[in-house]
Formats: sequence, C-alpha cells, structure tokens
Amino acid sequence: MKLNEKETEVLEILEENSRLPIASISKMAGITSEEAEQIIHKLEQEKVIIDYAATIDWRKVEGHEGVTAMIDVKVAPKRGVGFDEIAERVYRFKEVQSVYLMSGAYDLSVVIEGRSMSEVARFVSEKLSTLDSVLSTTTHFILKKYKHDGRIFETGEEDKRMVVTP
Amino acid sequence: MDSSRFLSTSVTELKPSGIRKFFDLAASMDGVISLGVGEPDFVTSWSVREACILSLENGHTAYSANAGLIELREEISLYLDRKFHVNYEAEREVLVTVGASQALDLALRAIINPGDEVIIPEPCFVAYGPLVKLAGGIPVYVSSNSNNGFKTLPGQIEKAITQNTKAVLICSPSNPTGSMLSRKDLEKISVIIKQHDLLAISDEIYAELSYDEEFTSLASLEGMRERTITISGFSKGFAMTGWRLGFAAAPAPLLQAMLKIHQYSMMCAPTMSQHAALEALRNGEEDVQRMKTDYRRRRNYFVRSLNEAGFPCQTPGGAFYAFPSVEYTGLSSEEFAEQLLLEEKVAVVPGSVFGPSGEGFVRCSYASSLAQLEEALKRMAAFMKRRQRSGAHWKTLQDF
Ligand SMILES: Cc1ncc(COP(=O)(O)O)c(C=O)c1O
Repeated sequence: MKLNEKETEVLEILEENSRLPIASISKMAGITSEEAEQIIHKLEQEKVIIDYAATIDWRKVEGHEGVTAMIDVKVAPKRGVGFDEIAERVYRFKEVQSVYLMSGAYDLSVVIEGRSMSEVARFVSEKLSTLDSVLSTTTHFILKKYKHDGRIFETGEEDKRMVVTP
Repeated sequence: MDSSRFLSTSVTELKPSGIRKFFDLAASMDGVISLGVGEPDFVTSWSVREACILSLENGHTAYSANAGLIELREEISLYLDRKFHVNYEAEREVLVTVGASQALDLALRAIINPGDEVIIPEPCFVAYGPLVKLAGGIPVYVSSNSNNGFKTLPGQIEKAITQNTKAVLICSPSNPTGSMLSRKDLEKISVIIKQHDLLAISDEIYAELSYDEEFTSLASLEGMRERTITISGFSKGFAMTGWRLGFAAAPAPLLQAMLKIHQYSMMCAPTMSQHAALEALRNGEEDVQRMKTDYRRRRNYFVRSLNEAGFPCQTPGGAFYAFPSVEYTGLSSEEFAEQLLLEEKVAVVPGSVFGPSGEGFVRCSYASSLAQLEEALKRMAAFMKRRQRSGAHWKTLQDF
C-alpha cells in the first residue's frame, strides 16, 4: 500500500509515542485534527497500524518478574507448506511472543515469556519439542534487557545543558 | 588599588551579553523549564562519541596541523560540495577552527582595518557586534521587520553602505528568529554586495536545519565565491556544541590570512574533536536527518500552540528558535521574560538582547522534549490569561 507524505508522518509520530492526543499529532504533522483522525482511522482499517502497545519494564513491578527465553528450533519442513504450517502451530501458543524463520544453523527462532524458568522449561519440553516436525531445541534465557525494540531501558540521560545559552 | 585601570578601552566599553543576566537569574532558581538554550537537546550521536574514544585509545593526543587534519579538511571540502554545491580546495581554502565562533573572529580580524564598517542585519547572534568591535571595526546594524518574517531586505543593506563599508555579515537560518533567506532573497543581496564591491561573511551554522526549502549557500551564487567567507561548524546540525569545532572556507588569500592569525593565537583546533568530526561527516547524515525531522515536528507543534495561546508567531524556516510576539501582554520583552521566569518558571530570552528590532519578541528554543514544550506552553498560556484579565491590551489572532 502506497502512503502519502502526511500519512507516513502520522505513522512515524505514532510509532514514537502512540499516546499523543490527536491535537498534538495534528500540530506536529501540520494538518487539521480531522485530517489526522481520518488518516489514523484509515490506517487502522487497513491494518497498517496493527496495535497500540506500551514498552514496559516488568522487572520493576512486584510479582511480575517473568523470564524470557529465545529458543533455536530445528524443524523438518513439510512438502507443499514448507515452514509455514509448523510456524503457525508454534505461534498460536499464548506463551510465544514472536516467531521468526531464520537462515543458518537452525530454522525457527521462538521467543517465549513465562513466569519462571521452570514454566518455560515445561513449555519447551512438553509442548514445543513434542510437535511432530520439531527435530531439536536449544533454549537461551535472557538475563537482562538493555534495549528492546529500539528502546533503551534506563538510559538515565538527563538534560545537561545550561539554562540559558546564546 | 583598582586593578580595572589596566583594562583596554575596547574591553571596558564592551557591554556584557544580555543573555548573561538571564542565565544568572534562571540558574539561581529550581524547577525552571528552559526554552532559553541555543543548542540541541540531543546528545552527540553515539558513533561520533565512539570515534572520539577510539582516537584517544589510539593515542591521538598531539597538535594537528594548524589548519586542521588534512583528512578532515578534505572531508569538509567534499561535504560542502555534496550538500551546497560550493567548491573549496582542502589544502588552501579550508580551515578547521574552535567553533564557528573562532571562525567568525578570524574572519573579522583578517579583514578589518580600524574604522571599517561591517553591516549586520539585526536581531542577530549576540557575538557579531562585539567581535567586530574587538577587531577594531564598527558594526552597522540594519533593522529587520516582523511583517516580513525578519528577513533582511536588500534595500536596507544598500542604504547602510558607506565609503567605509567593508563587509556584510549574513546569517541564515537566523539566531534568534529562525528566519531563512530563500535563494531569491540571497541573489538580490548578492547583487548589491557585488555592485558595491563588498565582502560577505556568511554564517551558515544552521544550514543543516532548514525545514521547508533547500538551503542555499551564499558562495554558490554567481560571482560570490571570490568575495565570501563561509562559516559553519558542527555545533548545531551535528549536536556537537561542547566539542568546539567549526570551520571556515574561503578563497586562498582570505583563508591564508585567517590561518596566520589562527596559528599564532590558537595553534589548532582540538585533535580529538577533529577525529569525531571526521566520523560525523563520513557517517552522520542519517542522524542529522533524524534530528532534523524531530525539530521540524516540534517546530510545527510549538508554533501552532504559541499562536493558539495568544503569542503571534510566524513559522520559522530553520534553526530551532521560535520568535513570538509578546505584544498582547502589554509588557516589554525584558519585562515579559523576567516576569514569566519569576511567576511561571519558564525561561525565554528577551528579543531585545539580539538588537532593537527584537523588542516586543522573545526567543524560545524548541530544542526540548515534547513534554517540556507542552508544559512550558501551558504555563505561558496561564501567564497570558492573567495579563488579559488584568486589562492588558488584547487582540484576537485575526487582528494580527
Ligand atoms: C548564528 C550563530 N553563529 C555561531 C554560533 C557559534 O557556534 P559554535 O558553537 O560553533 O562556536 C552560534 C551559537 O549559538 C550561532 O547561533
């Protein structure tokens, strides 16, 4: 789908901060509020905008210290459907956050989030490994998130400028 | 004993910058939202910082050539050609300086004989006049007008020309108004400069930050290369104010004269900054564009919101300053800035410190986060409402 300049502008602004009120978005993009609303509505309808999500540092929330694991999965592709069928069977599990088809040493990269290591381990051993076409899995637990989806966690960068300068 | 009697008259007669006073006042208060800064709110790109760290690890801690690292001069020459279509020979026509500030100082000292006049459109960057005076010259200010977006008019420059005029100092996009001269505007000015056989000093430090039209470099216009000293640097477009790195480009006779002064007074610009600047020119384009896009959006937001709040403001074409009128508060620009700071803790700079035409306006920098801008606008609107109620002269935007 080909977007015009204003539509792209609105998308970029939303991607930066999806909570901005329409009034601010329209001012930044140099359009009227009505135009902005129309653009957003259209892009939602067209599923260009898929969802509005927040990036949350769950480690800071008591009782929410979950674990994330990245699992390298080797699979046997099936005639006719290749990797798509097995990928779909994997991504439908609610524990699975993302699934990518990879080049190189393994086929699928699967990101799993769980409440504890044992929960993730159970998912891998009981659900993922037992799928028909899965040949092997290698699980890597994420120890700490520094940057996620382009956002740096805890930059601590404050404004170090003087109050007034020439 | 009063040691001040040792001072030179040129320094004694120099007035301290009007910005200083606001800095002192604002710095003494807590919780101030500052729209008073004349520098990017971005930290220098990481790849540039990384390049500097690497150069230190490699032990590049000695003086460079007086004119700057030859690799950097070559890169600057390529950059000026690529972006602005002006050709300068790296060896003899490019000089790396300690900020655009030093380049300005060198340019003026290289050309001014006692009593020479330099025409300066105002409101303008606070250093221009004092630098002309320190070089022994006389600044001749030409006023500009809010009705045409503070653009310098060729006719006004022409009127100010006398037998003693040596040069015209042009700055576009401008600090403090953000106004930008189009190619046409510059062509008209260049005709007058050529007719009267003058030199042009073109301060292009905000060239990277022009939002609506393509930037034209004065030296790229017909017949202007041989009579223009182009001044720029890394402070604004590349978010590198603290690195103190700028440059000048000019025909060899002019540039070599500047180099003479530079090699006695400064030796060379900081070597580590020069290594950082190399990286900025080679691989920094994307970051510059990203910052520019961000400034443009904030400008749109800020200027429209200012207008809504009752501060008439034209849309500035470049830099990161808005220059709204504070007329409807019934206060002078200095009163306004002072009272806004004391009552609402928002720092802006009174337009009058940039020259008499700036009276009635204040300089607001929108190089701040959107959240900060939003809060500042809320406070400015509240301030305006109070003045309105207290009976200050008030018109609607349509009257403006
Ligand atoms: C118009 C203008 N010229 C020159 C300078 C000085 O720049 P630098 O940091 O490169 O010395 C400034 C800084 O505010 C400026 O606004």
